[in-house]
Amino acid sequence: MPDATRLGAMTSTVTTPSSESAHGPHPADRTGAQVAADAAAVIGTADLSEAGLRRFLQGLPGVDRVGADGRAAQLGTRSIKTSAKAWALDLTISMIDLTTLEGADTAGKVRSLVAKARTPEPGDATCPRPAAVCVYGDMVTVARDAIGTSGINVAAVATAFPSGRAGREVRLADTRDAVAAGADEIDMVIDRGAFLSGHYRKVYDDIVAVREVCHEADRPAHLKVILETGELATYDNVRRASWLAMLAGADFIKTSTGKVSPAATLPVTVIMLEAVRDFLATTGVQIGVKPAGGIRTAKDAIKYLVAVNEVAGEAWLDPDYFRFGASSLLNDVLLQRQKLATGAYSGPDYVTID
Amino acid sequence: MPRFEYAPAPESRAVVDIASSYGLFIDGEFVESASGGSLKTINPATEESLADVAVADESDVDRAVRAARRAQEKVWGPMPGAERAKYLFRIARLLAERSREFAVLEVLDNGKPIREARDVDVPTAAAHFFYYAGWADKLDHAGFGPSPRPHGVAGQVIPWNFPLLMLAWKIAPALATGNTVVLKPAETTPLTALLFADLLRQAELPPGVVNIVTGAGATGAAVVAHPGVDKVAFTGSTAVGKRIAKEIAGTRKHATLELGGKAANIVFDDAPIDQAIEGIVNGIFFNQGQVCCAGSRLLVQESVAEEVVERLKARLGTLRVGDPMDKNTDVGAINSAAQLARITDLTKAGEEEGAVRWTADCALPEQGFWFAPTVFTDVSAAHRIAREEIFGPVLSVLTFRTPAEAVAKANNTPYGLSAGIWTEKGSRILSMADKLRAGVVWANTFNRFDPTSPFGGYKESGYGREGGRHGLASYLIEGSTR
Repeated sequence: MPDATRLGAMTSTVTTPSSESAHGPHPADRTGAQVAADAAAVIGTADLSEAGLRRFLQGLPGVDRVGADGRAAQLGTRSIKTSAKAWALDLTISMIDLTTLEGADTAGKVRSLVAKARTPEPGDATCPRPAAVCVYGDMVTVARDAIGTSGINVAAVATAFPSGRAGREVRLADTRDAVAAGADEIDMVIDRGAFLSGHYRKVYDDIVAVREVCHEADRPAHLKVILETGELATYDNVRRASWLAMLAGADFIKTSTGKVSPAATLPVTVIMLEAVRDFLATTGVQIGVKPAGGIRTAKDAIKYLVAVNEVAGEAWLDPDYFRFGASSLLNDVLLQRQKLATGAYSGPDYVTID
Repeated sequence: MPRFEYAPAPESRAVVDIASSYGLFIDGEFVESASGGSLKTINPATEESLADVAVADESDVDRAVRAARRAQEKVWGPMPGAERAKYLFRIARLLAERSREFAVLEVLDNGKPIREARDVDVPTAAAHFFYYAGWADKLDHAGFGPSPRPHGVAGQVIPWNFPLLMLAWKIAPALATGNTVVLKPAETTPLTALLFADLLRQAELPPGVVNIVTGAGATGAAVVAHPGVDKVAFTGSTAVGKRIAKEIAGTRKHATLELGGKAANIVFDDAPIDQAIEGIVNGIFFNQGQVCCAGSRLLVQESVAEEVVERLKARLGTLRVGDPMDKNTDVGAINSAAQLARITDLTKAGEEEGAVRWTADCALPEQGFWFAPTVFTDVSAAHRIAREEIFGPVLSVLTFRTPAEAVAKANNTPYGLSAGIWTEKGSRILSMADKLRAGVVWANTFNRFDPTSPFGGYKESGYGREGGRHGLASYLIEGSTR
């Protein structure tokens, strides 16, 4: 078991993530053999060949787009006010992977981001901290040093992010680099070209190989698998890619890189939440979900939490199992938090920029 | 483990003023009833009394029909369609502008959740007026011959399940085609019709074009029986519909009857399963199942039956039952004690006949009329709960093996209002829709209403169509080249 402070550690009183009692073992603690055994149990045969994977993935129930959009829209009409809103705002902060993924990133920028994560609301010790900061691989050392012992995780994007268009060895080397530098979490991208052309086994093998690299560290780095749903074109593909990533050993499935439009949407996230819910029912393994990109307001974030609550269930209302990949979201949540505390809106000058 | 407790989010009832008593709306004025009789309308979620509402007797109905006749002959009938359209557009706009007021009042009087009144009832009602406003000046080109004529005075009797929406379904096409109206709202839900009367005055609709007479069954019977009524439109139970059809047999009156249903919602093993679950929920728990076209019989293919029922139960666990004014409520109150008694009675019969009952685990309020979402499995086609319209949040689950068996079971009912088909296979949707004897067939959705789409039944679910171009036919006498 990882120690309890490793993921989602925070000062908040809203949740006490426990990777033992409520959720059973964390998916990252499975060995490669266990992952393969779970996959075989799901498919119903040990045949994880391309044909076997295709039979399974294409045999999944379809997703009706109109119905899925309608369900998401209806979840979005929930009215979350007063005490529920305060609770949801704090939970949101604790679930944020505070992100900077720019070519122009500098060590100074990353240190500033970490400072923001360590002290999101100067002068308010009750404000929870984000779960992690998310940076490019070459910034892991900088982030790691700046974080110190604050318990915030370092997540690194890897595998030739964001396109993934590189050979496997390059992608693995990229990952190894980040893990060696001390990344607690790896956000990898799938080969969307391979997925769309039906080469499911290629995508599967990539994920398995990256997972092995993650497990080369003393404490295995948690693996988030980015599906880049904006490039998958259909909701059926989102469901298939979700299952493929889970079968291959993803600890989290993540919507987007943030570099492709559309990034995270509520319907896509609902479909992924259905997938992790069903995967838990089949295997007993609880996989996390991370929508990323395009979630900028507290209001949007709360819609996602409502979806988590009503589609996947309470067990996912935990930074170990749900994250937001976002940069500007944190400040909007902080503004809303101030509004609830003081009864008046402040303004952008009253939250710090990172 | 954390719990996401949604704090109460009540809609404010301050947006609507409810008078302590209401008269009848005749010839553009609120007037006392001749007898002075009245009935109380209550909030079914709390049993608090909302208002006293006048009861119209035969003499009041006579006054209303005379006013309607005058208005039809002198003002509304001769008025060019383009002018009638202006009034209808104005009504539609006012409905949209005052939507919150109407939504809140509908919730208080009916017990339905504010989410549905706000997102479905009121906007769909406004859309109906917008839609038929567009037809008013195009009737010569609508396929009913040259210069089709209105019947004259339409006597309309509407139910309590969608008080404002059914009013819109009735009044909008009648007015667009040049008819005038005497409308009788349901005994338990008269308030939005009376607020609508206020809106008509705001819209400066000429007096007598729409008259609203409140009361119970006797008032409705008086409207139907009045010799000055040319056209009867009724939405309600099949029993009353049959009485009306007998009553007007041999008279010159035309009728549109929209009656009960016992719709089959058919789920094939290749259905989009998560959306099908939503469709099943929306099919039977929308408006507490008090919907004539509710998908009250779930027909599910045996190969996925167990999985579907399991997922359905899990989903029902997340439905929020309670205060209809709370914006997060999914299932509100049953409209009346009488309806609750009927639902209770039929579910008891279901258990006695051997079906397996499952009821969602939810706390129900002490006051008011409530029934928790309920699912019956192991239901056979012979059980009362598979044959009789329950009109409540009660789903009967039956299974089938082949498409032919699904068709046979779906059609094995005296009703024929609606049906649903869930499959990812387009060709199967088409072949099933051809074979189902139902006026409305939804594919991969359920309980969708749009003013452009005709709605109505086969068999004992009634005749005539409402909505769409078809809805005009019910209010027109076809023109001919004389």
